[in-house]
Amino acid sequence: MARVPRRILPGFRLTLGFTLSYLGVMVLIPLVACLVRVSSLTWPQFWGAVWTPRVRAAFLFSFEVSLSAAVISVLLGTLIAWVLVRYDFPFRRFFDSMVDLPFALPTAVAGLVYSSLYVESGWLGRFLVPLGINGAYSPLAVVLVLVFVGMPFVVRTVQPVLETFDGEMEEAAHLLGANRWQTFWRVLFPNMIPAAIAGFTLAFARALGEYGSVVFVSSNMPFKTEIAPVLIVSRLEEYAYPEASAIAAVLLGCSFATLVLINALDRWVRQNGT
Amino acid sequence: MSIALRNLGKRFGNFVALDNINLEIPTGELVALLGPSGSGKTTLLRIISGLETPDEGDVLYFGEDVTDQSARARNVGFVFQHYALFRHMTVFENVAFGLRVRRRKKDEIKKKVLELLKLVRLDSLEGRLPAQLSGGQRQRVALARALAIEPKVLLLDEPFGALDAKVRQELRQWLRRLHDEIHVTSVFVTHDQEEAFEVADRIVVMNQGKVEQIGSPQEIFEKPASQFVFDFLGNVNVFEGHISRGQASVGSFSVDYPHYTEDQTRPAMLYVRPHEFDIDKSSNGTSSFRAVVVRAHPVGSLARVRLVSLDFETPFDAEIHIERFMELSLKAGDTVYVAPKRVRVFTAESNVPDYSI
Repeated sequence: MARVPRRILPGFRLTLGFTLSYLGVMVLIPLVACLVRVSSLTWPQFWGAVWTPRVRAAFLFSFEVSLSAAVISVLLGTLIAWVLVRYDFPFRRFFDSMVDLPFALPTAVAGLVYSSLYVESGWLGRFLVPLGINGAYSPLAVVLVLVFVGMPFVVRTVQPVLETFDGEMEEAAHLLGANRWQTFWRVLFPNMIPAAIAGFTLAFARALGEYGSVVFVSSNMPFKTEIAPVLIVSRLEEYAYPEASAIAAVLLGCSFATLVLINALDRWVRQNGT
Repeated sequence: MSIALRNLGKRFGNFVALDNINLEIPTGELVALLGPSGSGKTTLLRIISGLETPDEGDVLYFGEDVTDQSARARNVGFVFQHYALFRHMTVFENVAFGLRVRRRKKDEIKKKVLELLKLVRLDSLEGRLPAQLSGGQRQRVALARALAIEPKVLLLDEPFGALDAKVRQELRQWLRRLHDEIHVTSVFVTHDQEEAFEVADRIVVMNQGKVEQIGSPQEIFEKPASQFVFDFLGNVNVFEGHISRGQASVGSFSVDYPHYTEDQTRPAMLYVRPHEFDIDKSSNGTSSFRAVVVRAHPVGSLARVRLVSLDFETPFDAEIHIERFMELSLKAGDTVYVAPKRVRVFTAESNVPDYSI
């Protein structure tokens, strides 16, 4: 009889079983159900559901705003993480906990607040709209709320990495003759890249799936400001379940492809860092 | 003089880190700053490098005042205790960094880096990342990186502190040999007296932000300038005795102590190193005290004897030659007469050794 190596920590089977059934029930089965529903469509039907000008426009808009929001999030989020880690200022801990607020706040609330602030009669809108900046019921409005929900992911992934910088690497660079810019660009920045990419991925994925806040701030005009999830809901309201599932499946495929792409990029950066 | 420090002072809040430091470091020497933690040695090194600015006083390099120059402009090599290598760069790129920011030509950089990697015996590992190296290898990379910019002075902050004992021992000897080869003026910080004695040309003993003594290892060992240096070097027996009427005594032992001639008895500490005792089975006329052997064992050409005095019950250690040890055939339980050959007396008023015979 082959000897089974004894494990030091007990409960391996139990925990593995729990993990797998959790992933199965919560993640895998719903995804499979989505695909099963799609499979009731024939190819021409599927094609007809996902390749209409309106659906294409919705996907394009979804990707545009998510990508813009993720780029803004990664820039602002990294900056915020930097400030929170590097400087000591009054109420730093308060601001630090504020970063988590979008995690806790129902996004519909955020959507409501944003739209009421940026409309022409709103507190901010009354100054911005005359300047031509329309922060409500416009693509800009969608990007704004997506930054709101996405940025905390960037802050919370970059922050721990910045905290591991103890200052000695910078001192070493300084002593070796690097100026501030060279120290940042050659020493700190390359060490932050993997975390920033991870934060970007999370913010982007979150933005792509966001629904609650966008419906409030977007005018949801087909061909203009309609995002893919909103389109799915409107298909559901028409009781066109298979069509809704078809769009959902494409969205799913796109998200998955994006994740794979970004992971590959991350691996490439780690291997070819400088 | 490579480095001269004049009246340096540094405070952190109420804590006086450095108090009026004056120090000169001759060109080409390897100098150790030795002291317990909190003695200000690392602060002093950081001030020399320019990473820290003094509250008062001047730092001079080759006669030029560099106090207001940034660390970047001083062109010093600095080695950190925890290496501070650039984690995302290969060994080659770490060493090349100082040359890259100076915009040297590619082939020049390559030649220089490979030469340095050879010097620190890492020429086959140029493509590794720091995480793939052992502690000793990382510290050698850090050293090569510091030397790449051809520094005027090399500063090392507890360079071997994070390494295990065997590697530390190897690197120590290696650093000494390296210094004999390249002769760059070097200052290193350590709290390990053995390290300082083994490696340095000159030792600066520091305590509570002050310099206690400066000297060659031999001078420091033979003539410790203060009670602190004595205690810090360790391996010394301290007897609580007293002084009166020109004599310092403990138990039945006494020596002349002409610095204090009054009748009133005052407490004093008598310091005797283990090798400074004569041991005999019978009293031979010189001033001595009686003690019982607790343990005795040969160590190479010496024998180490642990004793407890009969009069004042202080345990202490003595070292005698192996021949003498054989002659006496010492064993546990023997009663012997112990005569110190050399004694230093410290009193509460003075921190400086007043007398030794």
